[in-house]
Amino acid sequence: MTSISRTLKFACLSAALILGACTHKQEAVNTVPPPAPPPPVPAAPAPVTSKILPGSAEDFRVNVGDTVHFGYNEYSIQDTDKSVLGRQAAWLAKYPAVRVTVEGHCDERGTREYNLALGARRANAVKEYLVAQGVSTGRVETVSYGKERPICTESNEGCWAQNRRGVTTITGGANS
Amino acid sequence: MKKFLVLFAALAALWAAPGTPAWAALQVDVTQGVAQPLPIAIPDFLGDPQGANIAGVVRADLERSGLFRPLDPKGFAEHITNINAVPSFGSWRAITAQGLVTGQVTQQPDGRLRVDFRLWDVYGESQMLGLQFFTTPENWRRIAHMVSDAIYERITGEKGYFDTRIVFISESGPATKRVKRLAIMDEDGANPIFLTRGDYMVLTPRFNPTAQMIAYMSYIGNKPRVYLFDIETGKQEMLGNFPNMTFSPRFSPDGNQVALTLETAGNSDIYVMDLRTRAIRRLTTDPAIDTAPSFSPDGRQIVFESDRGGGQQIYVMNVDGSGQRRISFGAGANGTPVWSPRGDLIAFTRRVGNVFSIGVMRPDGSGERLITNAGHDEGPTWAPNGRVLMSGREAPGGRGSSIWSVDVTGRNERRVLTPGSASDPAWSPLIQ
Repeated sequence: MTSISRTLKFACLSAALILGACTHKQEAVNTVPPPAPPPPVPAAPAPVTSKILPGSAEDFRVNVGDTVHFGYNEYSIQDTDKSVLGRQAAWLAKYPAVRVTVEGHCDERGTREYNLALGARRANAVKEYLVAQGVSTGRVETVSYGKERPICTESNEGCWAQNRRGVTTITGGANS
Repeated sequence: MKKFLVLFAALAALWAAPGTPAWAALQVDVTQGVAQPLPIAIPDFLGDPQGANIAGVVRADLERSGLFRPLDPKGFAEHITNINAVPSFGSWRAITAQGLVTGQVTQQPDGRLRVDFRLWDVYGESQMLGLQFFTTPENWRRIAHMVSDAIYERITGEKGYFDTRIVFISESGPATKRVKRLAIMDEDGANPIFLTRGDYMVLTPRFNPTAQMIAYMSYIGNKPRVYLFDIETGKQEMLGNFPNMTFSPRFSPDGNQVALTLETAGNSDIYVMDLRTRAIRRLTTDPAIDTAPSFSPDGRQIVFESDRGGGQQIYVMNVDGSGQRRISFGAGANGTPVWSPRGDLIAFTRRVGNVFSIGVMRPDGSGERLITNAGHDEGPTWAPNGRVLMSGREAPGGRGSSIWSVDVTGRNERRVLTPGSASDPAWSPLIQ
């Protein structure tokens, strides 16, 4: 008779398993400041403004756009999102060393497993669009988070629309 | 492998009970839901301190079932001093007890605990059950649960489910960055243990039939795949080496196979992997979402969900993939089907808009009824006797989740004790 136990040996678990974090950050990023008006006479020291490095992950997020949205229980690319995916493909053509992962996300109106499958459909739809625009398929991976990573947590259409999304995240090869 | 838990249950005609009918009338019908739980007196067992501890766990188990009403020991007139003596039934009838449990705990010369108990029919004035168990002292809670199971079975005619464990997902942090850890605990919430640290997300754990192994989905390395976790050794292992996401695992009743979903180019289909050869068989081939497989207890059929008909609905197929047919036709979307260990029902999640409920239906789709209506109940799991379900419950607005149990009749809904927020419960079989 074997025992399931009070003596679980889980110290050996996961120590070596490092999560390759590529979480999409939703905090405000450094944006290009509007052109400052000409300073009146002896200007105070100019505030340090961060410059976005071309070819960087920040460049992609801010100047290209990393997110597209989907209709309820839909996974086709909406016409309004084709321009951002076109920009993504052009940017990826300009920086051929960059590799990306497309995350597929869902709103909360679906069971857990179904939403994992739906998120995979969405991520794949983005990937197929990028590949059709000339991005080589080997540079684009996909991952579904189902409904597990909402960016908005209220139960209303405004939040649901934000959460039904595909996010192209850079996983390597960008300037930094 | 440690064999520190050695249990002997001696079915006892240990002592002959006074001359009364062999089978007393004391019984509870679990199939109807019970509005009037059975009053039962469970004095602290003799033997300090574990006698009181064990009786306390037994009282809590039986009360939680909703079928029993353990009476307050303060009202007991007779002080049990010798469990080999026949109790004064009149004094127990006087406090409306219909059942009486007496027991004692003694230490064996080898250090083990010996637990004896008897179940008495107070009105029939007869002994219904007498058992003894031996165990190491640290396992006293398991002995208490086994006592509860024995009482439950003797009175209801159904197997108990107290000597079981729950594997679940422990949740913490805000909904946008929720930390999810694999965790396990006793059925009553005691002895919670975290099996992963939370540095990667885990989802949908399920026990194998011996409760030694857990299949679950993990995002280790940001690659969502099905893993196996060996509870004995703490080792985890990716199941297969697939280029894309695998999810929604579930063991076959013999434990030799795992049904799972494999995503390829955005399309999810159901496969079965043989754990000995690691060979896989594909069971669904259409371009719709096919996922959430669950075997029938005879291992011959699989219930699953698919949106091939336009919306998410429940289907059944033979274990070779043939004979696929839709069985759910109710309102809204229907998914996460789980076949009862008894074989008679399939539990599922019904979603209408943003309202999620747990329901049950027969395997042919008839007799459908909902058993929860709290707003967001999802992902049912069956007690091994097929009479009770647990499921996860989301609070609105991402404010946390909890696990609830409910009788298959829809009665006796209770929150399950967990350390913090919790979701995705899976009930173990009775522990061997």
